[in-house]
Amino acid sequence: MKIRAQIAMVLNLDKCIGCHTCSVTCKNVWTSRKGMEYAWFNNVETKPGIGYPKDWENQERWNGGWIRKANGKLVPKQGGRWGVLARLFANPNLPEIDDYYEPFTFDYENLQTAPELPTAPVARPMSLISGRTMDKVEWGPNWEEILGGEFDKRSQDYNFEAIQKDIYGQFENTFMMYLPRLCEHCLNPTCVASCPSGSIYKREEDGIVLIDQDKCRGWRMCVSGCPYKKIYYNWVSGKAEKCTFCYPRIEVGLPTVCSETCVGRIRYLGVLLYDADRIAEAAATENPQDLYAAQLEVFLNPFDEEIQRQALADGVPAAWIEAAQQSPAYKMAVQWKIAFPLHPEYRTLPMVWYVPPLSPISAHANAGSIDSAANGLPDVGALRIPVRYLANLLTAGNEPPIVSALERMLAMRAWFRARQLGETQDPALLSSVGLDAATAEDMHRYLAIANYEDRFVIPSAHREAAENAYQLRGGCGFTFGNGCDGIDAKAGLFGGKMGRRKMIPIRMLDDDT
Amino acid sequence: MTLPNALNDFLFGIYPYICLAVLLLGSLIRFDREPYSWKSDSSQVLRNRELRLGSNLFHYGVIIVVLGHFAGFLMPEPLVLWLMSPAQHQLLAMVVGGIAGVIAIIGLSILMHRRLGDPRIRRNSRKWDISIVVMLWLQLALGILTVAYSAQDMSGAHFEILVRYVQGVVLFHGHNAALLQGTPWVYQVHILLGFTIFLVSPFTRMVHIWSGVAALAYLFRPYQLVRKRSRSVNP
Repeated sequence: MKIRAQIAMVLNLDKCIGCHTCSVTCKNVWTSRKGMEYAWFNNVETKPGIGYPKDWENQERWNGGWIRKANGKLVPKQGGRWGVLARLFANPNLPEIDDYYEPFTFDYENLQTAPELPTAPVARPMSLISGRTMDKVEWGPNWEEILGGEFDKRSQDYNFEAIQKDIYGQFENTFMMYLPRLCEHCLNPTCVASCPSGSIYKREEDGIVLIDQDKCRGWRMCVSGCPYKKIYYNWVSGKAEKCTFCYPRIEVGLPTVCSETCVGRIRYLGVLLYDADRIAEAAATENPQDLYAAQLEVFLNPFDEEIQRQALADGVPAAWIEAAQQSPAYKMAVQWKIAFPLHPEYRTLPMVWYVPPLSPISAHANAGSIDSAANGLPDVGALRIPVRYLANLLTAGNEPPIVSALERMLAMRAWFRARQLGETQDPALLSSVGLDAATAEDMHRYLAIANYEDRFVIPSAHREAAENAYQLRGGCGFTFGNGCDGIDAKAGLFGGKMGRRKMIPIRMLDDDT
Repeated sequence: MTLPNALNDFLFGIYPYICLAVLLLGSLIRFDREPYSWKSDSSQVLRNRELRLGSNLFHYGVIIVVLGHFAGFLMPEPLVLWLMSPAQHQLLAMVVGGIAGVIAIIGLSILMHRRLGDPRIRRNSRKWDISIVVMLWLQLALGILTVAYSAQDMSGAHFEILVRYVQGVVLFHGHNAALLQGTPWVYQVHILLGFTIFLVSPFTRMVHIWSGVAALAYLFRPYQLVRKRSRSVNP
C-alpha cells in the first residue's frame, strides 16, 4: 500500500444555476491570452447537448481515454507507445479549432467610422486567427445554452445511449441540466500516458496534474488522449495548456477560482486519501459499470488508525490526514454515496465528482397521481431527467447507485420539509433509504447551508519546506519563457521573445537644456 | 564545377565546421536558455486539411532520406565493401534515396501549398517558418537531381569520392575540400545548402528534430509520471 493524498472536487449539480461565473472568472485569470481565446479551462454545458468541443463524449469519434485489452492491460484508446509515436506527424484524433469554435472579436471600429448610411452600421465578427471577417459565429463553449438549437442536433448527445430519446424532443417532456466541466485531475490520466516528451505529470503531494511548459514540445497527443478534451493547444505559443486546479491558491489553502466565485455554492474541495498501488488494478476492472465501485475501493478511510500510521509513513502530513477526516469530498463520495465520477467508463479514475440533480416530477405523472414508492417519496423514475441519462453520465449506465443517491436527497428534503411544516418526522423515511437522522442533518448542513468552511477544507502545502521562498520575492509570477513579458513580445534570436526587460526610457534632467 | 582553390577550401573545408558548430552550440544554448521556445510549432489545430497527407508523406520520406545519408555516408568503408560492391552501394542509395526523396518532396509541396495558400496558416507563419520550408524544398529537389546525375556514372567511383568527402568532414581530415574540386554543381550546391540548413536550424522550428529523437525514450517509460516535491531546503 502506498498512500497519497489528493485535493478532490465535488460539484452539486442539484444547485447549479448555469450562471457561468466559474467559467468567466477562470477565463479572466488563466486564459485571457493570445492563443488561448478559444480555451475554457472551465466551461458550463447545458445537457442534453453535444457540448464543447463538439461531441467530446463520443470516444468512438475522438478515441480519448483507455481501452482494456483482452489480457486485462490498459492501453490509451488512441494507441500504445508505438501508435502514439507513429501518429506524431499528423494526429488523426486531434480536434480542429472549429470543433471548439473559431475565436473572434467584432469589428467595433466600423460603428464609429462608417459613413452615413440609411441603415445602422453593424460590427461584424472577425476571426482572431485569420483576421478576416466571418460570415457568422457557429459554435462556442455554451452554444446549446438552455436547450439552444434544434433537438435533432442536441439529441446526438452520447448520454442518450439506450434511451428512447424521441419523446424528450416534445415540449411537455423536455428536460435539461447544467454540467460545469474542468480538468478531472485523474488518478490514471491518459494525457500523462500519451505525452511523448514526458512533460505532463501528477503531483504526488496534492494530485494536481500539470504540464511542464518548458518540457512540452507541442506534440499534441495529450489533447487527443484526454477523453474530457480538457487540454488545449495554444496555437500561438505552440504548447499544450490545461487547468492548473489553481495550484498557487490551493498551496496556500485557498479554493480554486471557480470554486471561490461559485454563487450557487455548489463546489466542494477536500482531501481524499488513496492507495496508489491499487490504481492500475481498479482502472482495469473488466465491466465498465463496476468502475465506480472500484474507484471507491481505492479511497481510504482517514479515520482508520492503521491507514493514518501508513499515511504518515508514506509522507502525508498530519494536517492532511486531519483535513481528510473533515473532507466534504469524502463525506459526499464515500460516506453518503451521493457523488459520482464523470464518465468512469473512460477508465481515467477522475477526481472531480458530481452530485446528480433532482428534477421536477414529469408532466405525465402530474396528470395522474404521482407514482410514489412505499415510503411516500416520489418515484425517482418519475423525475423529469431520466435516471438512465444520469447513469450514462456518471456510472457508465449503472442505475442503482444513481437511484439510491436521488432517493437519499429526496428523503433528506422530505425530512426537513416535515420539520419546517411542524409535521411529525418519520425516521422510517430515512432508514428506508439507508440514512439516519444525524446523517440527514449533516447532508442538510453540507448540501443546503453549504458554509464556506464546510465546502473548502484545504490544508496548506508548506511550499517553504520544499524551496527557498526568499528567492521568490519580487519575482514576476507567471510568465512565458525568460523575462517578465507575455507571449506576444518581440521575437528574439531563438524565435522566443526578447530576454531584455522593457524599461521606461530614462531622461536626465540636463537633457532638456 | 571548378572553383578557385581558396573559395573551394572555404566552402567545403571550413564552412561545414562553422555550420556544425553553430548547430551544436546553438541548439545547446537554446535548449538551456530558452526551453519555452523549443517546440514543434504544429499548426494542425488550426487546419487539419492537407496536413495529414502532406505531413505524413514529408516526415516519413525525409526520415528515410536522412537515415539513408547517415548509413550510406558514415558507414566505415571496409564494412560497406564486405556487404556490397561500390556500384551496388551507389544503386542502393539511388533507388532508396530517390523513392524516399520523391515521397518527401510531394509531401512538402502539399505542406507548402497549405502554408502559403491557407489564410489561417499564412497569417500565423513566421518568416523563418516559410524560409525553412523553401530551403528544405530546394534541398530535396537538388537531392533528387543528384540521382539523375549519378546515373551517368554507375561504376560507383564518383559516389565513393562523395563518401570519402563526408567521412573526411566527420573525421577532421585536412585538405578534404580538394576531393570535391570538379564535382558537378548539383552535388556542390546540395552539400552547401545542406550545411546551411544545419546552420540555421537552431534558430528555427527545426530544433524539434532533436526532440523527435528524444521522444523515443517514451517507448521505455511507464505510462504514468508522478513528480515528488523535494523535501530538501537550501537556506
